[in-house]
Amino acid sequence: MDTSRQQNMFRREYLGKGIATVCGLFLIVLTIAIGCFLLGKGSLTFTQFDHSITEFLFSSQWKPSDTEAGGGQVGALIFIVGSILTCALALLISVPFSLCTAIFMTKISPQLGEKIIRPAVEIFVGIPSVVYGWVGLVVLVPLIKTVFHVQHGQSVLAAAIVLAVMIYPTITSVSADAIRSVNSKYIEGAYGLGSTRWQMIYKVLLPAASTGILTAIVLGLARAFGEALAVSMVIGKMRAFPDSLLAPTNNLTSAIASDMGGAMDGGEFNAALWSMALLLFIISLVFILIIHALSGRKGAAA
Amino acid sequence: MTVDMTNSDKQYLRGVDSGLRRAHLFDEIATAAFYIVSGSFVLLLIAFTLYVVWGGVQAISPEIFSFSETGIGNQFFNTVYLVFLSLVISVPIGIAAGIYMAEYAPEGRVTNSLRIAIETLSSLPSIVVGLFGYLVFIIMVNTQWNLFSGALAVSILSLPLITTTTYDAFKALPLGWKHGSLALGATHWETIWHVMLPASVGPIMTGIILAAGRGFGEAAALLYTAGMSTDINWSVWDITSPVCPLNPFRPGETLSLQVWASRTEATSASAGDVAAAASAVLMIMVLVFSIGARLLSRHLAKKSEGENA
Amino acid sequence: MYNDSVLGVAAAEASMPIRSNLSFTCNHVNLYYGSFQALKDINLKIERNKITALIGPSGCGKSTFLRTLNRMNDLVPGCRVEGEIMLDGVDAYKDVDPIVLRRHVGMVFQQPNPFPKSIYDNVAYGPRLKGITKKAELDEIVETSLRQAAIWDELKDRLKKSALGLSGGQQQRLCIARALAVNPEVLLMDEATSALDPISTAHIEDLALELKKKYTVIMVTHNMQQAKRIADRTAFFYLGEMVEYGDTQQIFDNPQKERTIRYVSGNFG
Repeated sequence: MDTSRQQNMFRREYLGKGIATVCGLFLIVLTIAIGCFLLGKGSLTFTQFDHSITEFLFSSQWKPSDTEAGGGQVGALIFIVGSILTCALALLISVPFSLCTAIFMTKISPQLGEKIIRPAVEIFVGIPSVVYGWVGLVVLVPLIKTVFHVQHGQSVLAAAIVLAVMIYPTITSVSADAIRSVNSKYIEGAYGLGSTRWQMIYKVLLPAASTGILTAIVLGLARAFGEALAVSMVIGKMRAFPDSLLAPTNNLTSAIASDMGGAMDGGEFNAALWSMALLLFIISLVFILIIHALSGRKGAAA
Repeated sequence: MTVDMTNSDKQYLRGVDSGLRRAHLFDEIATAAFYIVSGSFVLLLIAFTLYVVWGGVQAISPEIFSFSETGIGNQFFNTVYLVFLSLVISVPIGIAAGIYMAEYAPEGRVTNSLRIAIETLSSLPSIVVGLFGYLVFIIMVNTQWNLFSGALAVSILSLPLITTTTYDAFKALPLGWKHGSLALGATHWETIWHVMLPASVGPIMTGIILAAGRGFGEAAALLYTAGMSTDINWSVWDITSPVCPLNPFRPGETLSLQVWASRTEATSASAGDVAAAASAVLMIMVLVFSIGARLLSRHLAKKSEGENA
Repeated sequence: MYNDSVLGVAAAEASMPIRSNLSFTCNHVNLYYGSFQALKDINLKIERNKITALIGPSGCGKSTFLRTLNRMNDLVPGCRVEGEIMLDGVDAYKDVDPIVLRRHVGMVFQQPNPFPKSIYDNVAYGPRLKGITKKAELDEIVETSLRQAAIWDELKDRLKKSALGLSGGQQQRLCIARALAVNPEVLLMDEATSALDPISTAHIEDLALELKKKYTVIMVTHNMQQAKRIADRTAFFYLGEMVEYGDTQQIFDNPQKERTIRYVSGNFG
């Protein structure tokens, strides 16, 4: 009788609970596994091939050898600078426009915002990155070429614009949420003191929502940093520091995307590319930490 | 503000000083700016969509839509098949993990670890996931690029989304349903299976549709997992054959990879047309899926309102 | 009607032929939420086929006590119960699986909580858990339970409709039918009428009077008029202690303890 009841409980509770538990813990294990593999493969550059982290981060000499013997140079500074430059420029372009749209859809015309802008943002988010890259390649690149009379349209500027369009919906929707959640007593207070709408927005609304807006910007930045194919289609993939915004360069993700297939497993080249992937992983973790710090600040303020 | 009190003793309500005039002017300029920027955002989306779809329409030829090496038919099939495989993997695991997180995970260390894991997974750059997949599913098992590995890589990307939607859906349920079921002598799992999960189907479905939409467009994670070639023979239906369409262990280039490849390996003259058509198809799929998710969630919201009334 | 493994243990079967007139016997029950003691040394004997009302100001522990009887408090993290709660001579905490216990001690909640399923599926939920799958058998249970809950005539033509479309009072009676469908010994009602309008409340009160013929009813109520109207026995709780317990009439007309007098008279002004 006891065993039959246990069997019964097995079917009624323990089986389902067990499966759910295994799947839940699997997520944790998967995350740890990804982290460990990245760390293991990415650190080979520094352990097996004896390069210093300083060389990797601050040297622009990039000549890794595609052999297990190693002996090349793995300075990834050009790629790092390329990533930072394109992302920073993308933010510069995107943030003002995103904020305008976010304010519009929440405070200026919530009806239009709900009916038109919000669905538009959702569609924008869903467009595959290669489609952005492809339109960038066939529209933006020729345009830059003719407008600025440069040899190749593929450039830092093109990459930044493509990225700016891609992160625009992310920043818009997250900051719209932040603006929406600003306590209406602040807004009423501002109007009560005789502010115009614009004065209310830039003196009260934006400061009150600043933490959420920063979070939105960091999320956008994270998306831009990790984006690979769209950027690689328009950045030009030239291994040199850009001397102007119209010059081609290269970035971390493009280098990994285009070179990994040709790099021999176990070789120095391969290890250096893994180190770049590890760097991307660490950067994405840093972004998470920043967002946590921001939300902690929000909690403290409230 | 400097209001001349002697002159405007009783006129103060009508007084409009220069500061106020300027404030009103700024307000109007700002409002106009907001309208212009937001309007151009919508115009940009419309232009973008029309451009891509129109590009596809112009590229239309019987050849483009054929299931051959020069068409996009095979890639279209690969895309759908790969997303299907990835959902088969990620939906059960994601839902189960979401259930664990919402119902079973002890508060504190386990829940926090799960949260960190989900955040980390969802913020991973997809190229990094692709590399991980390349290493673990291709190199370590010593095989060639194949659809199944691609599906696994895409699953890693959609798992956190499905887990979070399930978790949120469960947490939004009224506690009374759970207690009501437990008070009738149901076990915790029976309560989950017979009451809570059926009640959460709507939001979870929306999450799955979003995940599928994302899967259709994914490229970077597939570069070194699903591979950049496809060789299908539509008359071979032996699933073990490397050219059988349904064999998941064959290389399978997807639409988004085809768009990307047309840029890097533009060997054939029609590469531009192929990319245009593939982009248009991707775009239309995204529209269909995001409108579908929207309609579904609106329908469900209406339905539950109707039931409560 | 169907196989009913009463509390799963032999002791219960032994007590079946000579059923005492006691349902629950609570000895020295203490309950803690973490370090906070919510129930202090409760001693109480609940009589079979009577309506017992638990009254007292909010936060006095009456609902907490009710939930110890079917071990719903097990779900609260950090909740600890000491002492002895016997149901039909069986220790509800030591010798019975909480899941088995809950089938014998049904519960109706403050907010009507029908599942988002059809009316039929709501009532059939408990029997199905017990493994009953035959349609004829389920049909019979559903009809009997809905009749017992005095709602069959209202609902018989719309059994396949969603239960969420019913009015609050109908939902609550459906929840009672759902609890009766597993054939319990005891029915716990946790302020089951406080979310309802006066007419629905009257329906439920009539129903409770009808149900006590077959079941033992224990109800928590904040409405002393209600306790006075329908309860046979009343227990007054205050600050986690059971101050006084006796026949309803005695508690209201001739309370013995100072705190009971103040509470009872205060509310009747």
